[in-house]
Amino acid sequence: MPADEGSTPEASGTTTPKGRVSGPGGLLGLDPTVGVSKPDPILVADGVVRRFGGVTAVNVDHVEFQRGAITALIGPNGAGKTTFFNLLTCFDQPQEGDWSFNGQPLKGIAPHVVARRGLIRTFQLTKVLTKLTVIENMRLGATGQRGERFLPALFRGGWRAQEQSNTERADDLLVRFKMDHMREQFAGQLSGGQRKLLEMARALMTEPELIMLDEPMAGVNPALKQSLLEHVKSLRDEGRTVIFVEHDMDMVFDISDWVVVMAEGRIIAEGTPEQVGRNQAVIDAYLGSHHDSELDAIIHGDVPDHEVPIVTGDPDRAPSEEDR
Amino acid sequence: MDWSQIAVDTFSASLGALAIVYVLAAQGLNIHYGYTGLFNFGQAGFMAIGAYGVAIVSAPESVGGLGLSLWLGIAASVVAAVLLALLMGIPTLRLRGDYLAIVTIAVSEIIRLVLRSEWSEQHLSTGGNSGINGFAGPFYDNNLLARIGGIPATRFNATRYEVGPFQYSGRELWVMVVGWFVVAVFAVLTMLLMRSPWGRVLRSIRENEDAARSLGKNVQGYKMQALVLGGVMGAFGGIVLAIFQNLALPDDFVTRTTFLAYAALILGGAARVGGPIVGGVIWYTLFSFMNNVVAQMKSADLFPESVKANAGQLPFVFLGVALMLLVVFRPQGIFGDRKEVELDAR
Repeated sequence: MPADEGSTPEASGTTTPKGRVSGPGGLLGLDPTVGVSKPDPILVADGVVRRFGGVTAVNVDHVEFQRGAITALIGPNGAGKTTFFNLLTCFDQPQEGDWSFNGQPLKGIAPHVVARRGLIRTFQLTKVLTKLTVIENMRLGATGQRGERFLPALFRGGWRAQEQSNTERADDLLVRFKMDHMREQFAGQLSGGQRKLLEMARALMTEPELIMLDEPMAGVNPALKQSLLEHVKSLRDEGRTVIFVEHDMDMVFDISDWVVVMAEGRIIAEGTPEQVGRNQAVIDAYLGSHHDSELDAIIHGDVPDHEVPIVTGDPDRAPSEEDR
Repeated sequence: MDWSQIAVDTFSASLGALAIVYVLAAQGLNIHYGYTGLFNFGQAGFMAIGAYGVAIVSAPESVGGLGLSLWLGIAASVVAAVLLALLMGIPTLRLRGDYLAIVTIAVSEIIRLVLRSEWSEQHLSTGGNSGINGFAGPFYDNNLLARIGGIPATRFNATRYEVGPFQYSGRELWVMVVGWFVVAVFAVLTMLLMRSPWGRVLRSIRENEDAARSLGKNVQGYKMQALVLGGVMGAFGGIVLAIFQNLALPDDFVTRTTFLAYAALILGGAARVGGPIVGGVIWYTLFSFMNNVVAQMKSADLFPESVKANAGQLPFVFLGVALMLLVVFRPQGIFGDRKEVELDAR
């Protein structure tokens, strides 16, 4: 656990022994330009390029993610957010580039080793283990289990105590996520939203330093959304770092300390939610540069022949000047 | 039609040595497919390795064997099965499940065809398509049942013993005692492993290997352990078959053998410790019942001339239909939980 002693939700962050400010406070007053360096980065990517045949799905020059903060990764469909996630967690390998977690390079490392180092991810399409009960799903998350090795598994005495303490921790988490009444149900019987919760709770069983959530709100009903938001915030309060991909802008603006925007494989902007919300490049990337005139044009039968600009580089620059 | 003979033959077969062979093969497939979700369609290959390991190592030098003890032969079979699992697993386990199915079915056929080839007859003394025989003598000479009964082993082995409809030679009884003991050992081993965290990781890999990976589990390593464990169980099926027949015959290990073991597993219920055991017994009982009926009908000349020549295939036709009905109406098998099976459909 990266115990950033007592950082609170609204907190301005704490100063690490090395004099770096971690947590959301470290992001205050940062220049909102692409690739800006953070005071205490936990995850850094450099020149990461992933091509599928002729299509360049991800092409990220430089990005840093602040420790102890909640960072949102947003962008229109097909922007390469999930691919970038897969690359960072080593579920996919890029053609070029380096990236590091806590200063350790991750290139070429097996995904389960990345997970053991404290970088845990969830999936866009939830991957609960349908034929395992909720509590078994949770127990699976615990790390360093003696009973998971072949020979020690045969002797219950060697792992019973550990299993018990893992179960207690799992039960606590289930209570926290209000899922304790479903403890003995098969995960396959849960609804989509409950599966999202279970996946997040299971990820927490690993005690991750950095947790990467791929669309945690997709398919979750509004009632559950609010509690899911609170859970994500509470992760930060525990001193964990959260990076999430999301389309739900309410969530992005509500809980994130920092927002990174991708479009067509590149990072086109980053900054606080307010800064990004005002950024013309972001608005254009999402809606097309003539989004205001679009409706007018249809109403007046005057369809303009424009194309959506390909937006790259400096977010503060209006894209229309150079990108045509 | 001699129905009493059919009854005796069928009851005897239900617990006999050949039923044990299928039970062992299905126990191995239960580890592969039932718990880990590995589509091993080459269990016959592991069985062949088991049978030939013991045959080649233990057969006397006069027939081209190594003339070593039966224990060493069994040890060699186990080692060979482990090596085969590693050899098949290293290139294929990182690929999707269906690749493993293709590779395993191919490997098992390669093993069989190599064993029956003239080349290996000359260079490996596998005996070609007539196989290796005459290596199991020490097993029957040391028949513990005979020793307990104070009867000379040769006489005990040749005598028929019967309890109700069950009739066995002393020879087969000894194979059955040892065989069911091995089945019990594997069942206990499976039970211990599958209630442990190790077994939980296997089941999680079956459900979704990326999820297991994202939680820090070394999926490749676990799949390999499962492939080895189930492969060794299959090899014991081959060992029992070879010792019972005192013969290792390549064409006992056609791909059909694998599918019949799968049928036993599905009938009993996959991912249940008792599934392959009860499934194997019931499946083999049905199979021998149909074989016996067909044999009796044949000798009573009840088949029309056009069917007679191929009547031996009829049991497979009936079993195929029965398997289809089973999968439609009771996909969970005898021991399974229907609710659990239907979770997939959601």
